[in-house]
Amino acid sequence: MDIIKTGKAGTFESNDIYVVIAPNQGIKIEIESPVMAQFGDRIREVIEETLQTNNVKNIYVKAQDKGALDFTIRARVETALNRAAK
Amino acid sequence: MLFMPGNNPAMLINADVLGADSIILDLEDAVSIDEKDSARILVREALKFLSYKGVETVVRINPLDTEFGIEDLEEMKYLKIDTILLPKADEEEVKLADKLLAGTDKKIMPLIETSIGLERIYETLSASKRVDGVLLGGEDLTCDMGIKRTKEGKEIYYARCRVVAAAKALKISAVDTPFTDTDDYEGLKKDTINAKEIGMTGKAVINPRGIEIVHSIFSPSLDEIEKAKRIMTEYEKAAAKGLGVFSLDGKMVDAPILNRAKKTITTAKVLGLLKEE
Repeated sequence: MDIIKTGKAGTFESNDIYVVIAPNQGIKIEIESPVMAQFGDRIREVIEETLQTNNVKNIYVKAQDKGALDFTIRARVETALNRAAK
Repeated sequence: MLFMPGNNPAMLINADVLGADSIILDLEDAVSIDEKDSARILVREALKFLSYKGVETVVRINPLDTEFGIEDLEEMKYLKIDTILLPKADEEEVKLADKLLAGTDKKIMPLIETSIGLERIYETLSASKRVDGVLLGGEDLTCDMGIKRTKEGKEIYYARCRVVAAAKALKISAVDTPFTDTDDYEGLKKDTINAKEIGMTGKAVINPRGIEIVHSIFSPSLDEIEKAKRIMTEYEKAAAKGLGVFSLDGKMVDAPILNRAKKTITTAKVLGLLKEE
């Protein structure tokens, strides 16, 4: 999947995550979360898995987490990818 | 039946702990047009990740004649759900949904919320063997008919009776429209009593705080449950003797009374008032 423009998905509501993605050379992921110390690695892992599943190799991802579970992270990243690839 | 917005992760996480018998994950009216894609993906991932326990899981898709409906159905049909709630249903839509669900065990619940859907309800509900219940949508129906929706609900009395009659004829569940003033608990109570009195078998709610009220009205009383149990016990004794009709407390028990007792027992078990044997 080629990222051709900016894509956004999610909200700043509790249990959600707001994801912004943009074209980039290589993969760069920035994460903000109130539970960064406990779950930062897991959030990054889920984002990377979702990028891999969608065969994305060049992307910038900014994720502002509000306590999202894995399924929400996957869903919001996938939605942002679909929107940015159109 | 509790409606839950499909694009809200916090509500999806808690959907099965609020006491509803059924949860309706909504991809239609609770989701803005710009977020249809997002809600569909979120509900799909939630259904893969979460295990809802002790509730019927229903997804309200978008109408099949919109650009979203068929995609919703295709995404949902292999997931852990029991039923597709089909909005603005008519005979053709039910047949199409049935065809698209081929190879799955998913049920269809038509949502009757247009005047044409109401007038053709029997054909709509008969259009697929997957149909095991029907929901009346009072808001869209009154909008379609160009009339005001009121708390008293006189304007949907005919629709309620029509839905109940068709559902009874086909021996399926008839679920009443939600009461939309979420702060008016007395109004919800009256509205639920009205629905039960004309034969509705359940009610949809849009706020979890309404579940207890609806349950209290649709639940059989302890006396009714005890009487139903006695009728079933006497029936078994009579059946063992080859008797089709018997008497209890000096009154004849025939098929309608027996059927009512069976329904009371079933409802009591569904609501957790009687243990499964």
